[in-house]
Amino acid sequence: MMRMVSAAETAPTTYPWAVQAEGLRVRAGRHLAVDGLDLALGVGVHGLLGPNGAGKTTLMRALATVVKPAGGRLTLLGESVDGRADLRRVRRGLGYLPQQFGFYPRFTVREFVEYMAWLKEMPKTMVPGAVQRAIDRVGLTAKAGARMKTLSGGMLRRAGIAQAIVNDPEVLLLDEPTVGLDPEQRLDFRELLRDIGVDSCVLVSTHLVEDVVAACTDVVLVNEGRLVHQGTPDSLIAEGGAGDAGDSPAERGYSALLRRHRAEAGK
Amino acid sequence: MTTHPNLAVIARYADGGPGLDEATVWSVEVHLETCADCRARLAGSTTGDTRTLLDRVAADLDRGIAAGPAPVRPHRPWSAVRRRWLVWALLPWLTMTVVVLGCAVLLESVRPGLPSLVLLLAPVAPLPGVAVAWSRRQDPAWELIAGTPAAGLTMLLRRTVAVLAVVVPALVLAGAGTGLSLALVLLPCLAFTAATIALGALVGVRRAAVGLVAVWVLAVVLPSLVTAGLPVVLRPGSAGVWALATVALAGFIGARADSFRRLSSHS
Repeated sequence: MMRMVSAAETAPTTYPWAVQAEGLRVRAGRHLAVDGLDLALGVGVHGLLGPNGAGKTTLMRALATVVKPAGGRLTLLGESVDGRADLRRVRRGLGYLPQQFGFYPRFTVREFVEYMAWLKEMPKTMVPGAVQRAIDRVGLTAKAGARMKTLSGGMLRRAGIAQAIVNDPEVLLLDEPTVGLDPEQRLDFRELLRDIGVDSCVLVSTHLVEDVVAACTDVVLVNEGRLVHQGTPDSLIAEGGAGDAGDSPAERGYSALLRRHRAEAGK
Repeated sequence: MTTHPNLAVIARYADGGPGLDEATVWSVEVHLETCADCRARLAGSTTGDTRTLLDRVAADLDRGIAAGPAPVRPHRPWSAVRRRWLVWALLPWLTMTVVVLGCAVLLESVRPGLPSLVLLLAPVAPLPGVAVAWSRRQDPAWELIAGTPAAGLTMLLRRTVAVLAVVVPALVLAGAGTGLSLALVLLPCLAFTAATIALGALVGVRRAAVGLVAVWVLAVVLPSLVTAGLPVVLRPGSAGVWALATVALAGFIGARADSFRRLSSHS
């Protein structure tokens, strides 16, 4: 579907990376879940991999400007967002799907996405069109008038993706977006990711290595709050040997990298 | 605007365009879109066939419109959608506040010897509502909202106003029913609301509300019930001090507006 492109969108950027973190530290409660992470992400689809408790969700929250970093530097879209910066401008260019997102059960899907578009301070005249487009893109057109409490898990997830992409974000953060999607919907979702990743920076956190290999241009592997590996899916595959655990080349690469990182940390 | 085509060209265009090349037809059409005079000329040159065709189309359209679904009602105003969650989340708390105030009025009429309970409770009356209005436990979509540009002091103030819109009239009624000075009922109430938000900038709104209620009850309400006398802070001369405190706290809130950009872990 078509939409108008404003002059501001086609203007060249003045920053090298959409997301840049240097020595980033973020607390989850008392625990330092992200500890000295260096990361630079440009345009494209980046898959964030890591075991449970690696700090993926905490990192996502910090990038979404929901929690304040405890230390280090974090720059989003060329603007510093650590400390007491004014986050409004950056937030207008963000899309965020939390791992567990709450919603107002009485809202319909359309009201929910409209409400989020309003919170993202989109111009009033653009909201109805953008909402319809977002709902169409995630395949919820037939359910647009249904109340949120009547949706299944996969549909809720897609409604969450719709609110994340409604403002055509320059940085899109999706925390576990494929949970509850059936195989066909996952294929559609990968298509959507590739589509959005053409001109924005998309970071997708997931447990599913095959999702990353299939849909991402870049793999980011974190463990215990630190960056373990960043490169193309092929570089992840190249790390794996025949003796490593896993059923696919990418999974073998994943487990090889993690094993090596743990061995280094244990020294 | 393009040059006006001559009448002969328009007449031939109206006749279905015999002898006109495609480029001429296009330029005529582009011109017609912007020129009302030439459209009128075109209407004058239409043939009988075209007019019957137009009449038939118009009749068909009218029939289709009459048979089709009724136009969708225009959207309810944003505020109605927006406040729906808040209304439901606040309802029990505000009901409780109003009931407690009602009990205070009753008790005052039954036991006139005690210091005015309405006066003692007025400062903390809006605090439970304010705490609920800005709490991640009560707002299911807090993580989504916390990452949007609209999140911040403005949103907190809007929700606080919603609370005050119920509590202040209730206090005015209670005050009028017991013949108290309105300034002494309302000014401490506003000062405590401002103090909650100001303290909330430092420790989180919910903690601030709980702390202020506890301090007020322990330091003022209980001693004055024990001694059966009105405390110094609520004697008629203190209204000016309360007004001054409200203004000072409001100034502090304005200076710390950026503290409300994130829903920190303690809100």
